[in-house]
Amino acid sequence: MATQHSRSAARLMMAPAVILLLGWMLVPLIMTLMFSFKKYLPLRGGDLGWVGFDNYIRFVTSSAFWPSVLATLAIVGGVLFITVVFGVLLAVLLNQPMWGQGIVRILVIAPFFVMPTVSALVWKNMFMDPVNGLFAHLWKFFGATPIEWLSQASLQSIIMIVSWQWLPFATLILLTAIQSLDREQLEAAEMDGAPPLKRFGYITLPHLGRAITVVVLIQMIFLLGIFAEIFVTTQGSFGTRTLTYLIYQRVLESQNVGLGSAGGVYAIILANIVAIFLMRAVGKNLDA
Amino acid sequence: MARAVTQNRKIINTAAAWTVGLLIFFPILWTILTSFKTEATAIADPPVFLAFDWTLENYSVVLERSNYMRFLWNSVIIAGGSTILGIIIAVPAAWSMAFVPGKRTKDILLWMLSTKMLPAVGVLYPIYLIFIKMGLLDSRTGLVIVLMLMNLPIIVWMLYTYFREIPGEILEAARMDGAGLKEEILYVLTPMAIPGIASTLLLNFILAWNEAFWTLNLTAAKAAPLTAFIASYSSPEGLFYAKLSAASTMAIAPILILGWFSQKQLVSGLTFGAVK
Repeated sequence: MATQHSRSAARLMMAPAVILLLGWMLVPLIMTLMFSFKKYLPLRGGDLGWVGFDNYIRFVTSSAFWPSVLATLAIVGGVLFITVVFGVLLAVLLNQPMWGQGIVRILVIAPFFVMPTVSALVWKNMFMDPVNGLFAHLWKFFGATPIEWLSQASLQSIIMIVSWQWLPFATLILLTAIQSLDREQLEAAEMDGAPPLKRFGYITLPHLGRAITVVVLIQMIFLLGIFAEIFVTTQGSFGTRTLTYLIYQRVLESQNVGLGSAGGVYAIILANIVAIFLMRAVGKNLDA
Repeated sequence: MARAVTQNRKIINTAAAWTVGLLIFFPILWTILTSFKTEATAIADPPVFLAFDWTLENYSVVLERSNYMRFLWNSVIIAGGSTILGIIIAVPAAWSMAFVPGKRTKDILLWMLSTKMLPAVGVLYPIYLIFIKMGLLDSRTGLVIVLMLMNLPIIVWMLYTYFREIPGEILEAARMDGAGLKEEILYVLTPMAIPGIASTLLLNFILAWNEAFWTLNLTAAKAAPLTAFIASYSSPEGLFYAKLSAASTMAIAPILILGWFSQKQLVSGLTFGAVK
């Protein structure tokens, strides 16, 4: 049906987007790869020549590396756990008949639209401050000693802040998925005498499987890259230096570009592994 | 009997959902309330919820002292510019993928998405270096370009899914009636595509407005948008809760309102159509 003419017109229309994205992907990627094999200190001598895999070895053997991997795993894992578990529960709750459903939905989604620097600072100062924060007031009210959240429970605090930001996303997607569930199936199970918990475990949860996979994969991509939340709260201290933050510090703060770029390559490989699974989930849907 | 049970259940559901909803929304509500307090009331122990003397003083102080309007303007230009530029580039691409799909259309789409997965920190220094070399550091133009490239895959993807829902028969009918390619696009397709383009615009404006990696790392005094303005409150001004709250409220209010309009598109836009 499509003529030769319209095909070449189509190619021409696609060209700007494809070329721009190709450049956006390849140029910085090639530069990062190149830097990663060099001793490159912009403020202390500049480009000091090729060093092979030195940076790659030094990045993983530095004392900061494993703690940063652990911090990343703790934050990503913690946030995923909280957002998926509470997201499923909230989605089930919001799907029930109630008054003012639309308004509750808006209230639940709202945190997603708050810019990361605002949510991090509001939590840090107005809730987690050990003297004037609301939590400190609450703790004192119950006669407990206020916690210095961002130093004594730094990872938990970051997980709490980031979970608050991402719970709306998980809830909204899982709610959309639940709404596509066949009501008759649930009613049939109810008629047959299946208790609510069984109905949830055998019908609702399996139906949500795909949506949960998508939520986990997409959030993983974003969570691996969280930056502002750490930048305005702990600046990477108290064990909250994630892989992303470590690379940022190597590249911009200590201006050791070679070392940071090797770290960047590791981060790119890691993200690609996640991306492959996400692409499969998305690609399947494209055929349908 | 059965009616009474469902009625009871509805009451319980409503109570539970509203409690959870208000709990989740509370930090935002608390920020908005605090923005109308004096600094002394803001840190009062025990905390005051509604019974305080409401004041607009914080807003006027923030507006006067900190050049707030410049940050706001930068946010508008950067988020608006990158989104509009992205749409101009994406519309023809999404159009041709939706109406003249080839063998590799699907691969191109997936590849575009994959560029979105590239961790920003992995290419931070190259971008930084290119920006210095081209004099783009701390410029709105530079950020417009970077954020446009960052969101381009999502824009193409969203537009593609909207365009694909336009039935091809309409085009054939228009062609039969003697419409050329120009008329076809201008009078037949564009009107049908406007809702899709509008929702794409909305969601990507929100994403660009809240972007806080490139905006923090590539700006200083001149081109800094609201994300960076708020970050500057991290200390010691952040201890002035009422002013922090006023600044925060002003930074998030426009997006909260826009966001409520875009809830529907949020799901398909952010899951790349994997969840409908």
